Amino acid sequence: MNYQFQFDAVFAAWPLLLKGTWITIQLSLVATLLGLLVAIVCAWGKTSGPAPLRFVINAYIEVIRNTPFLVQLFFFFFALPAIGLRWSPYTAALTAMVVNLGAYATEIIRAGIESIPKGQIEAGRALNLKGWEIFRFIIIKPALKAIYPALTSQFILLMLSSAVVSVISADDLTSVAANLQSQTFRSFEIYIVVAGIYLALALAFSALFKLIYQRALNYPDRR
Amino acid sequence: MRTFGFPEFLFILEAAKWTLALSLIAFIGGAILGLVIALARTSENRTAQLLSTGFIQIFQGTPLLLQLFLIFFGAPVIGFDINPWIAAGVALILNSAAFLGEIWRGCIQAIPRGQTEAAHALNLSYVNRMRDVVLPQAFKIALPPTVGYVVQIIKGTSLAAIIGFTEITRAGQIINNATFQPLQVFTTVAAIYFVICWPLSLLAAHMERKRARALAR
Repeated sequence: MNYQFQFDAVFAAWPLLLKGTWITIQLSLVATLLGLLVAIVCAWGKTSGPAPLRFVINAYIEVIRNTPFLVQLFFFFFALPAIGLRWSPYTAALTAMVVNLGAYATEIIRAGIESIPKGQIEAGRALNLKGWEIFRFIIIKPALKAIYPALTSQFILLMLSSAVVSVISADDLTSVAANLQSQTFRSFEIYIVVAGIYLALALAFSALFKLIYQRALNYPDRR
Repeated sequence: MRTFGFPEFLFILEAAKWTLALSLIAFIGGAILGLVIALARTSENRTAQLLSTGFIQIFQGTPLLLQLFLIFFGAPVIGFDINPWIAAGVALILNSAAFLGEIWRGCIQAIPRGQTEAAHALNLSYVNRMRDVVLPQAFKIALPPTVGYVVQIIKGTSLAAIIGFTEITRAGQIINNATFQPLQVFTTVAAIYFVICWPLSLLAAHMERKRARALAR
């Protein structure tokens, strides 16, 4: 083995890497927030909507969960523009991520809603609480607590799989790495540093989520 | 210019065998390495615990795409000649091993401690304890999530398209470049994945329900 590692070119490009990291974080956060909105609507439709709506939502969830994210991305970036919908790589990537996360989060939220024992809601009614009071004091905290671990790990999975959007050059961290790689030919050094950044992001976010859980949701319950 | 017709559909469909072959390699390799990881993670040896935890952290904490790139671009650095087949196979095996190892760790730890203690009391060796007492019971719990994870492996093989491995997604890109009919092409590609993955997802959900019913009794 007589390869000379040269990290200079990689570290010289740190402003670009930092910008790419920020775009990756931004894409993941925005996609998660919008995806959650989609998921809340779909979870409502799936648990208490009419039968045709339930069918459509189920089809959406199954199609997204049983096809690769890369193919979904190609569909949004190449196929939809062919029928007249033109958008930038960034918007296409964000849309694909929202649609993807929405499907996974629907199932998570539905499970959260169903985890609240009916007796607790009935007890709330018996105490003459109004609808929003039941939601505020009885449903929301245990439901959040039930879905929190699954939701946060879904966020980290989404952030890691967002590396795939680099194939349509959506300016994220991996796109920056691919550009640097073609300019400097230091592919191994660049990808190892970028993999390190992703690992740091994943660990930092999971530590942050743990902290939030301990501060806000860590109370004893019946289970 | 070509239009998207039956021969083009067949070209993509034929590439499905490479998706399936790569998935099979990833699952078998990942299962063998994953079992080692799961056993190391649940062992009483500190070094084994530390190493396996580190392995899982690294492979679950970085994107599969970058693992693929690192092996594809990194192998020449340490003097190996590599082709997309080997790079994709190795990356998917390592990644699957980390996820299967973590799933199976949970299954092994779900077996009540009393079982291990009883095996200890009967003076069974580690190998007998695992092979004859713990693993057969853990296997039953592990089956539904493992089938579910196979779907993730199949979807993950699509990333091999990015380093030039001709499976379903890459075949779709090739046809798209020749026909410029992305809507038809990528709908077909998605449909083929769906036909492969959906039955597996249904099977996993069915097994999970069956197990839940058996436990509820």
